[in-house]
Amino acid sequence: MNASVLRPGLLTSLQDGGRQGYAALGVGRAGVMDGPAWRLANALVGNAGDEAVLEFTLTGPTLRFSRPAIIALTGATVDARVDQHALPGWTRCVLPAGSVLQLGGMRHGCRGYLAVHGGFAVAAVLGSRSTDMHARLGPLDGRMLRAGDVLAIGEQKAPSSPRTTDTPRVSRWGLDPRPWFDDMARPLALLRGHHYAQLDAASQRTLFDASFHVSKDSNRTASRLDGHRLALRQPLELISEATLPGTMQLPPSGQPIVLQAEAPVTGGYPRIGQLAAVDLPRLAQRRPGDAVCFRETTLDESLQRLARRQERLQRLLCRIEERLESA
Amino acid sequence: MALNGAPSIEVLSEEAWLLRFGDTIDAAVNARVHAASRRLQAALPGIECVPAYASVLLRFDPLQWIDIGAATPGQRLHDAVRASLRDAAVVVEDVRVATIPVLYGGEHGPDLHDVASHAGMSEAEVITRHTAADYRVAMLGFAPGFPYLLGLDPALAMPRRADPRLAVAAGSVAIGGLQTGIYPQALPGGWQLIGRTPLALFELASTPPSLLQPGDRVRFRAIDAREYERLATTGGGDA
Repeated sequence: MNASVLRPGLLTSLQDGGRQGYAALGVGRAGVMDGPAWRLANALVGNAGDEAVLEFTLTGPTLRFSRPAIIALTGATVDARVDQHALPGWTRCVLPAGSVLQLGGMRHGCRGYLAVHGGFAVAAVLGSRSTDMHARLGPLDGRMLRAGDVLAIGEQKAPSSPRTTDTPRVSRWGLDPRPWFDDMARPLALLRGHHYAQLDAASQRTLFDASFHVSKDSNRTASRLDGHRLALRQPLELISEATLPGTMQLPPSGQPIVLQAEAPVTGGYPRIGQLAAVDLPRLAQRRPGDAVCFRETTLDESLQRLARRQERLQRLLCRIEERLESA
Repeated sequence: MALNGAPSIEVLSEEAWLLRFGDTIDAAVNARVHAASRRLQAALPGIECVPAYASVLLRFDPLQWIDIGAATPGQRLHDAVRASLRDAAVVVEDVRVATIPVLYGGEHGPDLHDVASHAGMSEAEVITRHTAADYRVAMLGFAPGFPYLLGLDPALAMPRRADPRLAVAAGSVAIGGLQTGIYPQALPGGWQLIGRTPLALFELASTPPSLLQPGDRVRFRAIDAREYERLATTGGGDA
């Protein structure tokens, strides 16, 4: 069982929860940019939870499945079809053998996720099936998908094996994407960073009052923010320290950048903010040109929001599992 | 900075703290960083420790370590960190010493000539000084297995190139400012290339995959072209 890549899309890569435990050796985590969308896509197809999925950006890939496949699409709302059949996201779809799944553009959001029952059967590298494009580590020697790639798909467990079908079949039930993929206009919660106090007074105000937009130079390493330049009271000479996804850095250009899943392991720019963990996927889903505003948060508030989201996600994962077992 | 040299703690995010031991690039500070990092990693196995020049990043699962909603949510982690830094009983393995064979100059070290002119000495003198020093892996970063080494003879310091190379060969030994390092794979880079080692710095098949670990001591040994070829075919092995 495999999926052949007919068209790779704009930037499509295999990702899982990321490569943990090797940062001290210079190896970053990589991994999906929208964690809840990844977990839910796997749950919908009946995977254990941590299988690799395809993460695609702005335009999805076109794939041919050699045998019947159960798939789910989450994250950004992508135009998906098999022949003339349009497929919805946030639910399970059973595709007949030989199906060509065409993923087109996105109406909302920036990053979509495709999970397949059985998972993509690529070897784990340092404990993860995530593609680290900078370090050239992981599946496909650490590169994005190319036309002509053939991705093996793992063993399908008996209970959810697809029955023979001639046309795609879509489950009668699905998930409400809203809490996981929501109102793009809401401000993102930002903690003050260690060097926030070093910003000049105007920049301190601008950071929380003004509207920025996502630069087209954004990628899996960082979201770059255009619209306003920020300035320090005086230049800072810092030595390199370990970095994190969600850290807002201010390089000398004055253009703030928020590190993302493929953040480098170390860096030396002033850290003016830290995005609340629950809002990192929201930023990842903003498209180039989309507006971004920040509101100030506290560690207490962001911890509470993180705990609540985990509870909600856990409950939903259990419900999906029950539903699949009773089907 | 607290008493008895305990680090200051900066809360970076819901899932990360930075323990800061200083704010300069300094061998003594860096040695404390690595001693603390090894201790913490041994005492708190679920927590990822990432040492840098003067700090250790702790990355943890907040749902496991932070008492969300409590009056002092991070107290448990704080106590665990303080206890493991204080606890002399935590066994820390000896610092390893790695010897890196290097073929200096020629096509493998195209900037050796410039480094020598910049330092006002002969190429041979640069090699003598580069191999005489004791280095320490201050941190790994930039790329998997790339060591930032402290301990360069200040006479050899040289700024980065104005026009970085698009591709530096794997194994290139280089000088960037007051530091020296080794490119583990072909990468773009702006450091001055003075030689090349036939050893593989980062191999996925090895455990751990990086030849050098944070805090390791490192020495360089000059080799000739014949030994370079021999080590390149046998995969080295004397480091």
